[in-house]
Amino acid sequence: MGKKITIEPVTRVEGHGKVTIHLDDNNNFKRSRLHIVEFRGFEKFIQGRPYWEAPVTVQRLCGICPVSHHLAAAKAMDVIVGAGTGDGLTPTGEKMRRLMHFGQVFQSHVLHFFHLASPDLLFGIDGDPAIRNVIGIAKMHKELAVQAVMMRKYGQEIIKVTAGKKIHGTGAIPGGINRHLEIHNKISLINGPDPMNIDKMIEWSLGGLDFFKNYHKDHKDVIDNFAAYPSKHLSMVRKDGALDLYHGVLRAIDSEGNKILNDVDTQDYLKHIAEEVRSWSYMKFPYLKKYGPKDGWYRVGPLARLNTVDFIPSPLAQKEFEIFQAYTDGKPNNMSMHYHWARLIEILHCAEMMKELLNDPNLMKGELVTKGKKGNEGIGVLEAPRGTLFHHYKINKDDQITMANLIVSTTNNNIPMNLAVESAAKQFISGQEKIDEGMLNAVEVGIRAYDPCLSCATHAIGKLPLQVKLYDSNNNLLDIKTKD
Amino acid sequence: MKKKFKILIDGKELSVKHGQTILEVASNNGIYIPTLCNYVNLEPQASCRVCSVKVNGRPMTACTTTVRPKMEIENDTKEMNELRKIIIETMFITGNHFCPSCEKSGNCELQALAYRLKMDVPQFSYSFSNKDIDASNPKLMIDHNRCIKCKRCARGIKTDDGKDIFAFKNRGKKIMISIDNELAKNISDEKAQEAMDICPVGAILKKERGFIDPIGTRKYDNKPIGSDIEKLMEVRS
Repeated sequence: MGKKITIEPVTRVEGHGKVTIHLDDNNNFKRSRLHIVEFRGFEKFIQGRPYWEAPVTVQRLCGICPVSHHLAAAKAMDVIVGAGTGDGLTPTGEKMRRLMHFGQVFQSHVLHFFHLASPDLLFGIDGDPAIRNVIGIAKMHKELAVQAVMMRKYGQEIIKVTAGKKIHGTGAIPGGINRHLEIHNKISLINGPDPMNIDKMIEWSLGGLDFFKNYHKDHKDVIDNFAAYPSKHLSMVRKDGALDLYHGVLRAIDSEGNKILNDVDTQDYLKHIAEEVRSWSYMKFPYLKKYGPKDGWYRVGPLARLNTVDFIPSPLAQKEFEIFQAYTDGKPNNMSMHYHWARLIEILHCAEMMKELLNDPNLMKGELVTKGKKGNEGIGVLEAPRGTLFHHYKINKDDQITMANLIVSTTNNNIPMNLAVESAAKQFISGQEKIDEGMLNAVEVGIRAYDPCLSCATHAIGKLPLQVKLYDSNNNLLDIKTKD
Repeated sequence: MKKKFKILIDGKELSVKHGQTILEVASNNGIYIPTLCNYVNLEPQASCRVCSVKVNGRPMTACTTTVRPKMEIENDTKEMNELRKIIIETMFITGNHFCPSCEKSGNCELQALAYRLKMDVPQFSYSFSNKDIDASNPKLMIDHNRCIKCKRCARGIKTDDGKDIFAFKNRGKKIMISIDNELAKNISDEKAQEAMDICPVGAILKKERGFIDPIGTRKYDNKPIGSDIEKLMEVRS
């Protein structure tokens, strides 16, 4: 009689999910699934609301990276108010939004790497769960914990001065932004007392990369082989191929690095991307249309971005990017744990870009909003911390939203995360007589590499964590491992 | 010249004249009495009851009750503020007020009063009534989910030739504000803004204005409702 293991809830991810792993009579792996069990329905209840409300309302689907939704919705509304498809804003409007976004990606990446992922590295995948958490980090690696908190705080301060609040602000409005950067905020963010200044953030970002690279040196087996598998990669890139988290064209490559979606306009995303629904998860399965639902899946997020871009337009991050690229001889990097490496390079890029923008005079003065001929449909695409984010709205003649479609970053990574679960289950659980907590955590480590936001992915509400269930071959539930 | 006499508000002796309302007297002397349906230059109607005070032991509305000699008025007391909070709570639970996504947030008198009166979670159950949005007018949008039936719009907003743009329709619990679209479609942007401003909540919105006021600059972002009146007292003392 076989078994089914359920891990519920999955911990140290945002949102609520569970994993089921089916084993045969000899405890060998048969099948696994990552189920996302929340549902919220933002796409439905935004209908009827005025279009200018969307950037403020829809961002409420997340408390970790609301700025991404705020900006993606605002970009869609830019199209509706005739302010262009991403490049028509005033310099002040665009640069303030970019600064907001860099602050957002910076704090979100820091949260993920230092608070959620680093306990697995510092204490080991099978380390004592009592200390394998952020409290354990604070107790045993105090300096790192302080850095993590202060870096996150810095990113949130950036959000506050651009959006009005650290979480769920109102800065981006259709056609632009509603404020300038104030001089006292500029001075304090550039030259504030240590550690709250931009130079310290750059220094610590480099420190984070050193930490990872040193760990990598000593743990190549885990970092290079854990949940590694070939895949397609998709992201938005700047028209000249640079990393651009705010605006650009859509590019996808295959596992060999061949371009399979060649710099297409984001407004045409529906010509190239579709979503499949499966009965066992509230999270949909996006795919590239020309390859179909079975083979069209792809990865998004930091790893995918560094695989698709040609260069990074900030000097220190570019240098790190070259080291990153050289590690795979310029070929696409398909190692899931290298998401962390890519994420840390992006943290450095964000810090460099924040410094550049904070010194930009356009942020202090200039027109805030631009508008043109009004339309009835808008698409806003953004590179959120976790990957490419699509917001698509239609409105009626009375300015009310009639249709909303969101393809959220984590949703794009649905199949990749399922593959990571499968890979970890095969490596750590298959054939084992007794399943212990460390083995279950290995499954979670695979998911965690993607920094999933399950709340966003289902536009859902609910408790955070994940569960693993163990079933026999007759589908009888044998065991549940739950983490609160 | 009218003869002056004395009254007491929360123990403070004030010299007042016949004909003034309790609310006027209080406001002129830096004492804040919360209001909602009352609005500058409109005839008071005492419909919301938020300005209720105790006059010689009896609850009366401050906006319509004129001062009389020997009045002893209780205003800023635990009992009166609790009663006001209950009125505010009933407005929240009978409508659908989602402050986080409302563009009037920070400028909303209902929200500001809830903060001032320290409303936490309403003690009554939400009705979750299904209410419509009327967005058919090119200049204004009416969100019935947020209307508290104060009638300030119907009393205060007229066309240039004095015609009413807003009115009540239906009766009892079905009563709702309605807009004369024929008249309203030709109003100026200034008049549309006036209509939005006269509404104490986010029920009347000037279209496409949205979240143009940055957080930190909105009316009640930095000081509670009523502090402009209370400042008078500080200046005088």
